[in-house]
Amino acid sequence: MLTDGSRRLVMDIHVNGEIRNVIVRAADTLLHILREQLGLTGAKPGCENGDCGACTVLVNGWPIKSCIMLAVEAVGHEITTIEGLKDTPIQKAFLKKWAFQCGYCTPGFIMNCYALAKIHPDADDTMIQEWLGSNICRCTGYEEINEAIKSVLASNPHLGAKLL
Amino acid sequence: MISFDFEYYKPTSIIEAVNLFQYLHQKGKKPIYYAGGTEIITRARRNDLSMKAVIDIKAIPECTVFQFQDNKLIIGAVITLTHLSEVNVFPLLSRTSSGAADHTARNKITLGGNISGRIIYREAVLPFLLSNSQVVIAGPKGIKYASIHQVFKKTLQVEAGEFLVQVITDKNYINLPYVVARKTKIQKVEYPLATIAAIKRKEQIRTAFSGVCSFPFRSLEMEKELNDRSVPLRVRIDRAISHLPGPLLSNVEGTAEYRKFVLGNTLEDILEILEGERGC
Repeated sequence: MLTDGSRRLVMDIHVNGEIRNVIVRAADTLLHILREQLGLTGAKPGCENGDCGACTVLVNGWPIKSCIMLAVEAVGHEITTIEGLKDTPIQKAFLKKWAFQCGYCTPGFIMNCYALAKIHPDADDTMIQEWLGSNICRCTGYEEINEAIKSVLASNPHLGAKLL
Repeated sequence: MISFDFEYYKPTSIIEAVNLFQYLHQKGKKPIYYAGGTEIITRARRNDLSMKAVIDIKAIPECTVFQFQDNKLIIGAVITLTHLSEVNVFPLLSRTSSGAADHTARNKITLGGNISGRIIYREAVLPFLLSNSQVVIAGPKGIKYASIHQVFKKTLQVEAGEFLVQVITDKNYINLPYVVARKTKIQKVEYPLATIAAIKRKEQIRTAFSGVCSFPFRSLEMEKELNDRSVPLRVRIDRAISHLPGPLLSNVEGTAEYRKFVLGNTLEDILEILEGERGC
């Protein structure tokens, strides 16, 4: 597999429910491989320094900034990108609440919101602020994003996992 | 993008990791141990690191431990800061660690990485300095146990080939009254002007700091002054600040003078809370 130390690694990663075969440099970030080899361009390169959250994907259901994760670390884990979400309540809520402007940060925010609603369907304002503080919106559309996640949580706080 | 290549290894035992390090070191690969990797990736992207091999320690069972055993809390080096908060068996640690970076980043940042890193702001070490914790370090000479005070002096003092495996904390420290104060200039998610963790044990207050000087620290001289209740509170604080172990940081987050102002006021709040027994 990939533990032999070679500089080019052939490996399988599990993305959006599919097994995908990729050839990577050990130094490649997950973000780079998702975009450049798998064509999954929903995760956006922003700061590429772990600050902005535009590249957020889920790793085993938890939000991770894919610019600060090596692709080789993804082996054995389930990766979900924005392309892996279809018609989820949080996506609909973003539309309904106009929770985007230029849209560049939107996939990262949605992935983070999706994970929050699934892991903590009873999240309160403090937790929402803590989680979403990981993402930056240059258009400053925070209020609408806040409304979107709250509408999903409020729709059935006890069934967050089923909602999504 | 990281502009240079390196090799990636993922050993499944301590001995394998240590042997790999020695082998790669002899081959001139300048290996480094890798846990969460957030600091390594960002520094490598800036060409601030030039390793030719990384040794990922996340598959080493001893590094993934998180349990109580014989009245000790044992935490493996690759436990993430988020996991510490979610499980919340050591509230002081959960609270202090949750000040590092942001929530999503903490899903990747590990306890060992935060303690062993080179970044100035390493909040996760503060509870262990207050609790006189032990650390387990693996290296070419085997496994060694040491007081955190012996090995953490501004940074984790490990020899070539050594890495942090676990941190062990006496259960008696887990539920002591505590206060954590993290002061930032404007926003919640930014580097702090000061992070102060404090506990009260046997009527004595212990304090540890990050973001005040260019390294995290606990100062017994400062604690002696802070606990001298024969003088007014503000005098105790001013005397304590005069014993800082290094120059106050002066950077974009705040000037040294402003930090001193914030530090004094925050210590006053903390002492009032803990001496009034209102610790969290």
